[in-house]
Amino acid sequence: MEWEPVVGLEVHAELRTRSKMFCGCAVVDSTVAEPNTSTCPVCLGMPGSLPVINERAVDLALLVALALGCRVEPVSVFARKNYFYPDLPKGYQISQYELPLAVEGSLRIEAGGETRPIRVRRVHLEEDTGKLSHEEKPARSLVDLNRAGVPLLEIVSEPDMHSVEEVKAYATALRRLLCYLDVNSGDMEKGVIRFEANISLRPKGTSELGTRVEVKNLNSFRALTRSMEYELDRQAAVLEKGGSIRQETLGWDENAGRTYSQRSKEEAHDYRYFPEPDLPPLEASAERIARIRAALPELPEAVRERLVSKLGLNRYDAEVILAEKETVDYFDEVIRTSGAPARAAATWLGGDLFGLLKMRSIPLMGEGGKPALPAREFGLLVKMIADGKINGPTGKMLLAEMLDTGKSADALVAERGLQQIGDADTLRAAVRAVIAENPGQVDQYRNGKTTVIQWLLGQVMKTTGGRANPQTVRRLLEEELSDPAKG
Amino acid sequence: MSLTKEEVEHIASLAHLQLGEQELEKYRRQLTDILDYADRLRRVDTSAISPTTTVLPLRSVLRTDEIRESLARDDVLANAPERDRQMFRIPPVFE
Repeated sequence: MEWEPVVGLEVHAELRTRSKMFCGCAVVDSTVAEPNTSTCPVCLGMPGSLPVINERAVDLALLVALALGCRVEPVSVFARKNYFYPDLPKGYQISQYELPLAVEGSLRIEAGGETRPIRVRRVHLEEDTGKLSHEEKPARSLVDLNRAGVPLLEIVSEPDMHSVEEVKAYATALRRLLCYLDVNSGDMEKGVIRFEANISLRPKGTSELGTRVEVKNLNSFRALTRSMEYELDRQAAVLEKGGSIRQETLGWDENAGRTYSQRSKEEAHDYRYFPEPDLPPLEASAERIARIRAALPELPEAVRERLVSKLGLNRYDAEVILAEKETVDYFDEVIRTSGAPARAAATWLGGDLFGLLKMRSIPLMGEGGKPALPAREFGLLVKMIADGKINGPTGKMLLAEMLDTGKSADALVAERGLQQIGDADTLRAAVRAVIAENPGQVDQYRNGKTTVIQWLLGQVMKTTGGRANPQTVRRLLEEELSDPAKG
Repeated sequence: MSLTKEEVEHIASLAHLQLGEQELEKYRRQLTDILDYADRLRRVDTSAISPTTTVLPLRSVLRTDEIRESLARDDVLANAPERDRQMFRIPPVFE
C-alpha cells in the first residue's frame, strides 16, 4: 500500500532578550559561559521568589505572531506545567496552555515546485530549562542552570506536512523568519532552535489520522530529517505487516541513526496544568499590537519580490541571497555603496565569493558583524568586471587575493597592470600571432573540429597575461579563422 | 469524591516521592478532603460567569528587559548536596 506521511512540528526558539523571561539574570551563551553564573532565587526556584514578565520577550513573541499572521488573543494566561526533572528547579515550567499568546497563523513554504501555506495552530511564551550533562564512571549528571528561565517561544503547526521535503522547507522557512525578525540568532549549533515532530502515516488518498508518535529533542535540520525518514520507514514496515503503531514519545539517537522509546501513552507525563497564580493575565492592548506591527521588518517574501521583480535577479541567485538575512543586508550594502549592477553582484556573491569563503571555512559575517570582505570593496570589484575594466578570470583571481590580503581591487589592478585589454587592434595582433604559430590546430578547426577554438583562445589569454577580453578574442578568432587567406 | 490509594501513589511517583503505607493513607484522606471541597464549589451555578484565572485586578505586570546582578556562584551552590566543576552533581538521569 502507498502511505502518506502526516507531520506536525513544534518549534522551540529562544528569544533574544538581554535578561531572562521572569527575572533580571543575563541571558548568556550556555555553550561557553561559566556554569551557574547567571542565576538568582527566581530562576533557581527558591521559595518566596516571584516571577515578573519580561516586556521585551512579549514584544518579540508578538512580532513573530504577527509575522505569521496569527490572531493575537486580547488576554493570554501563563500556566504551570508540572513535572519532576533535574533541569527544572521549580518542579514546574511556566508556560501557556489553554490561553496562548496567539493562534491561527500560517507560513508559506516552497516544496516540490509549489508554494503552499502550512497552518500554525498557536504561538506561546514559556521558559527554557537548565542544561544537564551526563558522565559515566562514575555515573552522574551535572546541572548548569544558566539556561533555566531563558525566554522560549513555542510555535506549533497543524499536521499539514506530508513529506520530509515539506518538513525541511517549513523548518528552514521558520528559522529564516526568526532571523529576519532578529528575535533569534538562528545558530542551531548553540541549541537556540529545537524541534519536536509528530509523525504518523495514513493510506494515501484517505483523510483519517493514524496513530502518531512524538519525536523529541531534535536539535538540527539533519536530526529532524533523518529521524523522520527513519520513523516513516519504521511505521510503514509495521503497518505493512498488519501491525499497529504504539502511541509513544521517542528520542533520537544521532549516532545509531534510529529512534528509541522514551515513554508510552500509559506512562505519559501527567502535567497537571493550572493557571500560574504568581502571574496576572497578560493583556495585548491594541496600542501594543499596532506598535509591534509597525516595527515589522521586510520579510523574506517581500525581499524575494524586490530581488526578482525590481532588481531583475534570477530565482536561483535570489534564493541564495534570501537564505540568510545577513546576506541580504550585505547584498544591499554592496549595491548601495559601490553602484555595482545588481545581477552581476548577486552572481558573484552567491557563486564566487561564497565558494571562496567555503573553501577557507570563513563566514561572510564574522564576530561583531564585520564582513569577511567589506561590501564596498566587493562591489567595486564587481563594477570593474561589469564595466569591462578587467575580465572574469582576473576578477576571480583578484577576489581571492582581496580576501587573503585585504587589499582593494583597484590597488591590486594598478600594482600588477591587470587592466583588461579590450582594444580590438591590439588583440587582433595577438590573435594573428597565435594563428600563425599553430597551423596544426588551425587546420583542425577548418576541417570542422571547431571546439579547438577554445584551445586557441586559451593561447591568446596566455600571451596577453590573462588580461584579454575573452568575448572579443573569440569574435576575432572566428573572424580570422573563417578567412582561408590568412594563417 | 474519594481518591484511591493507587491514585495517590501515581501522584507521588510524578513528584518522585516515596511514601510509606501510613503516609499514603494520610495523604489520601487529606487530598480527598480537598477534592470534596472543590466538589462543593462545583455545585455552584457558574453558567453566567466567565472562567476566572485570577481574583486579582492586576493585568500585564511587566518589567523592562534589564540585567540585574545574579547571585555569587558559591551562594548558588551552597546548598547543593554535591558539586562538581561548579555544577550541581546529582545521581545519573537518562531519558
